[in-house]
Amino acid sequence: MRASLLTMRASLLNMRACLLTVRAPLMKRAPLKLATAGAGLVLLAGCSIQPWVKPYERDRLADPIMSWDRDAISAAYMDHVYDSREGSRGATGTAGGGCGCN
Amino acid sequence: MCAAGAAVLPDDRADIFWSSYRGGGMDITGESVLVRKKFSEQFAVEANYFVDKVSGASVDVLSNASVIKDERKQKSLSVEYIHDKTLYNLSYTNSTERDYISNTTHFSLSQDMFGDLTTVNLGFTDSRNRVGENDGTANTPIITWLGHSESRSYQAGLSQILTRNLIVGSTLEVITDQGFLSNPYRSIRYVDAVPLGYSLGTQVYPNTHTSTAVETRAKYYLPWRAAASVSYRYYSDTWDVRGNTIELDYVQPFSNKFIVEGRVRHYSQNHASFYSDLFDQANQQNFEARDQNLAAQTNNTIDGKVTWAFAPQGFLLFKRATVSFDVSRIQFKYGDFRNIKAYNDTPAGGNYPVGGEPLYAFDAMVYQVYLSMFF
Repeated sequence: MRASLLTMRASLLNMRACLLTVRAPLMKRAPLKLATAGAGLVLLAGCSIQPWVKPYERDRLADPIMSWDRDAISAAYMDHVYDSREGSRGATGTAGGGCGCN
Repeated sequence: MCAAGAAVLPDDRADIFWSSYRGGGMDITGESVLVRKKFSEQFAVEANYFVDKVSGASVDVLSNASVIKDERKQKSLSVEYIHDKTLYNLSYTNSTERDYISNTTHFSLSQDMFGDLTTVNLGFTDSRNRVGENDGTANTPIITWLGHSESRSYQAGLSQILTRNLIVGSTLEVITDQGFLSNPYRSIRYVDAVPLGYSLGTQVYPNTHTSTAVETRAKYYLPWRAAASVSYRYYSDTWDVRGNTIELDYVQPFSNKFIVEGRVRHYSQNHASFYSDLFDQANQQNFEARDQNLAAQTNNTIDGKVTWAFAPQGFLLFKRATVSFDVSRIQFKYGDFRNIKAYNDTPAGGNYPVGGEPLYAFDAMVYQVYLSMFF
């Protein structure tokens, strides 16, 4: 885990260096252009990021027990149970209909 | 985008699902079938049919109406297409009750990036609803259609692999509604010079509603092959409801045959700005509600689930098959919603003063059993 964190830190430092190099000329432009350019640079810099967790190290993450929602019907059903009785809604990843008025 | 391996679609599967909810005067059973099939490495279709049968009614409905029997049928069809590292999803859902019809269209895309360590999701949902009221007549109820509502939802999510054992994610969802948003089965009550001390009146809701919810979650793979996760959701809306949800989950497999899962969830919210259990007079303010969903409340869930892989090596056409048993207990407690059905249940045998009835609370049990077959 320590090795993964060190690799991740090195990748993030690499991306930060890329961004610092181009930040100065961009600062003179409008904020919207700066934000757009920044977002583009982050995406491009991503290509140079070396994945700190290699594909062959993802066996644990690929284990079904690491899935957020292993059973879609059950997850959607429980969301409906809560949505019909609480004031809160959303950000749980399911979309559907129904009233639950009674 | 960055060049790397392409994403893949999940396995084909078929699920048969049964559920039961009992609590707060409600008895609801649900049955569902889901089939998911890949037609190529890039294209999959999922179909789901869900039937909810409702009998009984919640306490605030019973204060003004009789027991209602209803059935909700929900049909959905979803298409997934994958191109390189982008997954596109388009789905349509129709939900029909005697007194409520909802049609929902959803589109989302999911993009893997940064060496597949990061997944970004963007989604949009459009829902059109028709709202009616059932007069409660047992065999041939009369439905009065009251209005329409529209809902649009915008979702953005990020999932990030941090280490070989840890994955985190966050989702933001903004939902806007407009139209007839009230619940026709619930009534306000206000102080009145009648023998009971109060009268019931019609709820009046605003015609618009916008909510924002943010959920953050993390899942960790433990050294002995188990997983623990935590999630937190903050909710706020233009009706001044603020909600907090926290959930902890633990998954423990035993050999390749059993997976045991435990979950606890805590939820709390304050009441909406126009909610009151008892208004001082009729037409006290522009908007008035006494819907228990908009009252201050907390609820706690404890859930246990066992999944048994009874055919881990497969049978007939299936690669493997599992059956799952899930039991949840939910305890609801309300901070300013009173049980007016218990007005004459004081320990001394007398009546409670108006507005002094006991606060409402109830426990609900939720049972789920489902068979999942992967092929």
